[in-house]
Amino acid sequence: MVDMSQTVAMLAPEIVLFVASMLVAVLGLSRSTGVRSLVPWVCVAALVGSIFALDAVWTPERIQGARLLFPMMGKYGKALIALIGIGLVAVSAGSIDRRYEEAVSRGRASFDALRVVRGEYYAFLLLSLTGAMLVMSAPDLIWLFLGLELVSLPTYIMVAVARTGRRSMEAAMKYFFLGALATAVTLYGFAMLYGATGTMQLVPMRDALAEQAAGAGLSTTALLGTILTVLGLCFKLAAVPMHFYAPDVYEGAPLPVTAFLSFTPKIAGFSALITVLGAVGWSGHAMVDHDGVRIAYEGLPQPITAVLWMVAVLTMILGNIGGILQTSLKRTLAYSSIANSGYMLVGVIVGPKGGIGAMYLFMLGYGVMTVATFGVLAALERKGEEVDSFESLAGLRASHPGLAFLLTLSALSLLGVPPLFGALVKIVLVFVAFEGGQASLAAVLLLNTAIGAVYYLRFVGAAVVNPTNAKSQEVVAVPHWWPKAAAVVAGLGLIVLPAFLSRLVDASATTVDGYVDLGEAVASDARR
Amino acid sequence: MNLIWASILIPVATAAVIAVANARAARSLAAVGSLASLGALAVFAWQFPAWSTGSVHPEPCGCVWLGSINATLGVGFDSVSLMLALLEAFLIPICVIGSWTAISDRQREYYGWFMLLHASILLAFAARDVLLFYVGYEFTLVPLLFIIAIWGGPERRQAAHKLFLYTFLGSLFFLGSILFVGWQHHASTGLWSWDMGTLATFASTRLPANTQFWLFAALLAGFAVKVPLFPVHTWLPLAHNQAPTAGSVILAGTLLKLGTYGIFRLALPMAPEGGAALAVVASVLCTVAVVYAALICWVQTDAKKLVAYSSVSHLGICMLGLFALNPVGAQGSVLYMINHGLSTGALFLLIGMAYERYHVKDMDQIGGLAKRMPVWGFFMVFFTMSSIGLPGLNGFVGEYLCLFGTYIATADASTGYPGLLGPGFALVAGTGLILGAMYMLLLVGRYVFGPLREPKDELHGQHAHNASHGHDGHGAVPGDLTGREVGLLVPLALVCLFIGVYPKPMLQAIGPVVERTLAPYPAAVERTLKSQSQAAEALQAEPKEDDRG
Repeated sequence: MVDMSQTVAMLAPEIVLFVASMLVAVLGLSRSTGVRSLVPWVCVAALVGSIFALDAVWTPERIQGARLLFPMMGKYGKALIALIGIGLVAVSAGSIDRRYEEAVSRGRASFDALRVVRGEYYAFLLLSLTGAMLVMSAPDLIWLFLGLELVSLPTYIMVAVARTGRRSMEAAMKYFFLGALATAVTLYGFAMLYGATGTMQLVPMRDALAEQAAGAGLSTTALLGTILTVLGLCFKLAAVPMHFYAPDVYEGAPLPVTAFLSFTPKIAGFSALITVLGAVGWSGHAMVDHDGVRIAYEGLPQPITAVLWMVAVLTMILGNIGGILQTSLKRTLAYSSIANSGYMLVGVIVGPKGGIGAMYLFMLGYGVMTVATFGVLAALERKGEEVDSFESLAGLRASHPGLAFLLTLSALSLLGVPPLFGALVKIVLVFVAFEGGQASLAAVLLLNTAIGAVYYLRFVGAAVVNPTNAKSQEVVAVPHWWPKAAAVVAGLGLIVLPAFLSRLVDASATTVDGYVDLGEAVASDARR
Repeated sequence: MNLIWASILIPVATAAVIAVANARAARSLAAVGSLASLGALAVFAWQFPAWSTGSVHPEPCGCVWLGSINATLGVGFDSVSLMLALLEAFLIPICVIGSWTAISDRQREYYGWFMLLHASILLAFAARDVLLFYVGYEFTLVPLLFIIAIWGGPERRQAAHKLFLYTFLGSLFFLGSILFVGWQHHASTGLWSWDMGTLATFASTRLPANTQFWLFAALLAGFAVKVPLFPVHTWLPLAHNQAPTAGSVILAGTLLKLGTYGIFRLALPMAPEGGAALAVVASVLCTVAVVYAALICWVQTDAKKLVAYSSVSHLGICMLGLFALNPVGAQGSVLYMINHGLSTGALFLLIGMAYERYHVKDMDQIGGLAKRMPVWGFFMVFFTMSSIGLPGLNGFVGEYLCLFGTYIATADASTGYPGLLGPGFALVAGTGLILGAMYMLLLVGRYVFGPLREPKDELHGQHAHNASHGHDGHGAVPGDLTGREVGLLVPLALVCLFIGVYPKPMLQAIGPVVERTLAPYPAAVERTLKSQSQAAEALQAEPKEDDRG
């Protein structure tokens, strides 16, 4: 029996964020401009506080007692969410309610609690991050499902909340309906897994599946359930075949929300995917040959590997080729986000022997690059609108040399130029793919890096090489400093983090500490 | 050790200073930084104890950078890599001072990128850890991308894009291969190592022949783009033609050598079985490149493009020398790398100097320039002779050794190094030399001598007017080379002359390294020959069985 008080204690980081989200929802409605402008600070403070809380409450004894499938995944994962979350808050800060606040401060409008959205926006942002953290330490499928929903529901509103344009509304509707569809698919998968094992708890589920695998092999219901779950979660990852929404929604959403969408649902989706696949296990499976002989098979059960393999390869290829065809910055970044999901799936396929650690390391790099790229874009505007074409970025280095440098840095890092951080985390990923016997995936990943270079170079070209044109002359920096600060810190990270690569590799490898794979569980049962 | 890092880090520090300094001071700072880097490397070379032993000095340190896989910051030189690094350090001040008047806008960025380019090329030559080599090798693309895309000719963006994508794709093959070898090393010994020597010993002795075949194929595919070899060379002429003068100089001078150096340093020692098996295929490609590119040169009217294609042709000969798989050819090949860097670099410099004055490269519009600029004409003839391999100048020695090495690379060679090529290859590649002499003399005949042809006056006047702002203040009639320009060319010419007259010390320094690299080859070539003859016998045997049936 799991001690309830300990479970609640372990949720301290989430509780901090939840309380803060309630607080900012109220603060955002204050009549005082000073109090309203405190909101982003409260968010940052809460995220920093949640990291401290995490460190304080995640003691070895509690982790032992929590009976989690991946006991240590939460520690690295939640810290990562909070860390990148700070950057995402900074990318948003200042842009929400900006016009209205300006009007209020000039006395052209009076304060109207119904018209401000700042409080709600940050409250939803924190709630979504809370959901992502909850997913990280889910002991059962219901918790996992609720966590996933808590990630998604606020984002549906965030897409619509900050702008009243029609595209924003269209994006929100599309995102909502397709998201609901994907959730239904995931839930159906969960139900089948329950049907196959008779339990919602992940640890007993792993044992039940282990027994099946050791006997006649995994039941069709279990396999089908896992595959449906994988496909449903592909929506969160923005992976093929559930990637169609990404370009439209990313384009329609306000820029800071696009940044949020390209990180938070992704990390939640990946940790949910790893948790469910962890119940199935990366070892102890067998495949049956033509003569009906069972042959031991390294990795996930073959049908699941096949599905994931295809998802990963198609995601990489379609993401990168799609990226080449775009002219809009946000759509390009949407395809870049799709392609990066494909890279990370390689780590998931390889599994706990290095793969998952490498995937989480890559996630860190991806998060830092996301903050840097979107921070630069959020720091610019043209005629009061977001900058959304390569044309408008032309000649950026003449008007804003610092931002141009940061954009170049993050684009080159996404492209994979050593010794920038983005290249190194990709090399680690390729490396574990080799190690895990997935040489073909490693090759596909490398080739895709080359395809991706085509569109990442456009950012570099626009920012540094191309001369100013009529459109880009009108581009000015936004008056608030938050996004710029986010971009500077993240950009600095891309240069500095390589020096700590060794430690970061070790840290990300802890995510699978304490995880007992299916085959090994069977073996230990047999020994008993 | 510290001198090596000093020579690499001085340019980085210079770039950082340039970034915050006054734009006018940028070029002087860059000149000082590049000379300081050359100085550090020269002192190191002076003290270098391993000129005649072929060993690596200093012993690469075990300074671990990525603990979990034991990637280190190991740097060290043997005589071959030191020579190439010296070439790089020698060419960079020439490039910087050569850009003095040619580059007038965005100077800080220009010289900053040049310093970073210098640092990354030096890092690549100095690295003894393959991952570190990869970092240096790959990072060269970024500064070069900017140098071509910002300060290049009218099609600069397309050229820079093509260069980046081609070479980036190529280097991914190389990255994949070295990660594979590192992983194999760990899988079979339980230890992580990325040291070039360790991995080469491991891969050449422990990997099965079939794996070595694919390893060599992947490494060759990766480096061939950089060299460039025949089917993947198309980025080079465009990049050369569009690059600013100094960019072309460094591209021809040392960047292409990263490709040949990569094959020499990684592909050949790591996979001897693959090298032996693929030598013929690669040599055919080299030979095609030699003749094909030479024929293209023949019909070029653009002087810079002509020299660019001649690079493809020349590097074909250089690679052929490597694939002869005997010390003579490989020695020639390494020497050729240096010589090509000197003479082609100088030719690009000279064409750039003329271009700065006339803003035309097309030989239909311009010619007979020796009448206007006799000093320029002298150097042009000098380096053309060096490039086509006139005995007494540097080009001759390397070229001759490459071809001689190819000629004696037969199955029954008495040198102890059986080869797979032989007189046929040498003969075909030799026609490349004759063609080379023809097109280069054609260039000299039309561009340097012959009737004076200058661009039409109004056009020319306009250019001169535009140009005179940032230039040395010449009037409508362009003058001969300035003292600064002569000062750049004289050291190059002296080195060319020295190597041509007295190549012995260099050949002696290259010899031991080459012998180490080629040590596993006689046996590997023997095995390849045997399997070939077996395959041939099997082919002959088959029809007989059919007859019986």
